[in-house]
Amino acid sequence: MSPAPAPDDSPAVMAVRAARRPLWARLGEKSIEGMVYVSGISAIIFVLGIFVFVLKEALPVLGHEDFSLSRFLFSTEWYPTSEASKRYGVLAMIAGTFSVTLLAMVIAVPFGLGAAIYLSEFCGQKTRETLKIIIEFLAAVPSVVWGFIGLTVMSKLIVQFTGAPVGVNVLNGGIVLALMSVPIIVSIGEDALKAVPDSYREAAIALGVTRWQLIWRVLLPAAKNGLLAAVLLGVGRGVGETMAVLMATGHAVHVPQSVLDSVRTLTANIAAELGEASAGSEHYRVLFLTGVLLFTLTFAVNLAADAIVRGIRRK
Amino acid sequence: MVTTPSRTKQIEVVDLRLSYGLKEVIRGISFAVHPNEILGVIGPAQSGKTSLLRCINRTIDFTPDSHVSGTITIDGEDVYRTGNVYTLRRKIGMVAPLPVGLPLSIYDNVAFAPRCAGLSRRGELDSIVEQCLRQAALWDEVKDRLDSLGTKLSGGQQQRLTIARALSHQPEILCLDEFSIAIDPVTTMRIEDVLKELRRHMTIILVTNLTQQARRLADRTMFLWKGEIVELDRTEVIFSESPRDRRTREYVEGIFG
Repeated sequence: MSPAPAPDDSPAVMAVRAARRPLWARLGEKSIEGMVYVSGISAIIFVLGIFVFVLKEALPVLGHEDFSLSRFLFSTEWYPTSEASKRYGVLAMIAGTFSVTLLAMVIAVPFGLGAAIYLSEFCGQKTRETLKIIIEFLAAVPSVVWGFIGLTVMSKLIVQFTGAPVGVNVLNGGIVLALMSVPIIVSIGEDALKAVPDSYREAAIALGVTRWQLIWRVLLPAAKNGLLAAVLLGVGRGVGETMAVLMATGHAVHVPQSVLDSVRTLTANIAAELGEASAGSEHYRVLFLTGVLLFTLTFAVNLAADAIVRGIRRK
Repeated sequence: MVTTPSRTKQIEVVDLRLSYGLKEVIRGISFAVHPNEILGVIGPAQSGKTSLLRCINRTIDFTPDSHVSGTITIDGEDVYRTGNVYTLRRKIGMVAPLPVGLPLSIYDNVAFAPRCAGLSRRGELDSIVEQCLRQAALWDEVKDRLDSLGTKLSGGQQQRLTIARALSHQPEILCLDEFSIAIDPVTTMRIEDVLKELRRHMTIILVTNLTQQARRLADRTMFLWKGEIVELDRTEVIFSESPRDRRTREYVEGIFG
């Protein structure tokens, strides 16, 4: 027999019904709520703040009579300090950024996704733990150290194996950037695969499919959003990375004809020249305009990613 | 002991033991399943019913720390010595307690196993999909929206979809693990009718937590308790006034378990 319920007028029932939480608890809850709200919208504030600041520094140059936006975007001539005629064309650097990023992704995506599949589906518990620690360590290597490796170790190897005149070029930057992106792709990709419910695995296995068919036909489709996010974060790193590519790509303003040509990227150009350009000068403002361009590019990549992910989800 | 493959023993289990780590969940059971019968398996939770099914199609292999001993033979072939575990699994259709719609369309869910087995001609796939959905009594409800996601169906429809999928690789044996746990009584009755029809083509192992379901469908019923077979006999005997073991009677009458 369970005890009879307490009558309505028992002291315990009355106490619970009349209870009020102390003032500090209610106020504390409100203030924490407020703080969480502010942290939440701070991201918007920061993004807008950065955009406004960069735009404010860049915009005045659009009014200069000898500056043309179309020449900025479509000319490969970058002579910001020429006495005779200053020319600001960043097309070569756009090409540089794209070529290095593209090469890096061509290397990093298969490696990264392959490693993620291996970690999630094939290797044993112990191997996985060990590998994950090492991969996280790779992700923690500072980018200047990567640049250093590119500048010294990798460039010598490239000269030795390809016979290229200089070792700092698209190939070097692409490999260094790939090495930097792989850990991100692996850890996010592995999380995405691990998030696929085990019931899918068991259901497919029970249908008599092989391990490879399970991965190809069930796991990859089920995890595609997460895997796409992993790849795009890798691309984001490629477009935005500065120090390593500054050191590894040779810093030559030149539209690359092959992977053995030196290039300069948008980011490296800003990093290298902003210190020399006097504040408020035309050169200075053009560099900020390059910043706006970069901002727009990454924004477009993110937006495209979002649209793709949404499209997949709707289907 | 020499086991000879016999026409009357499609599945033969001899002294099967299964442990997860140190915990033994199946403690040396032996029984046989005859062709074209429905074998009901009843017993309270934790009695090893699901584990038994997972041993038969060897999905137990994917549970770390599990250890199996004893033998299971299907059509005379030792399940744990077979050269091709994928062929083995294709002989068995498996239906889980909660429907697992693969994140594919209704059509692709059913066409999944035939495709993986190497079938690619659209006409053949179409007819297999239609046949399986009809067998699972789902065709009329979904024939106009085969391209929509399987996971968008209702619970009972999804369960029938998993039955259709389990039939798609033309198995000889169908294992159902508490298939009615998440669906309403009306749908359950429809699926039970489906099973009565399917029995003419295949052998069915029906694990169920509803003792009356075993009574309605099974030719023979096995009462499994704490990893041991308490009693295995014709269903009329198990549900009669006088089964051999007192615990059987108490369980089917709802006195314990």
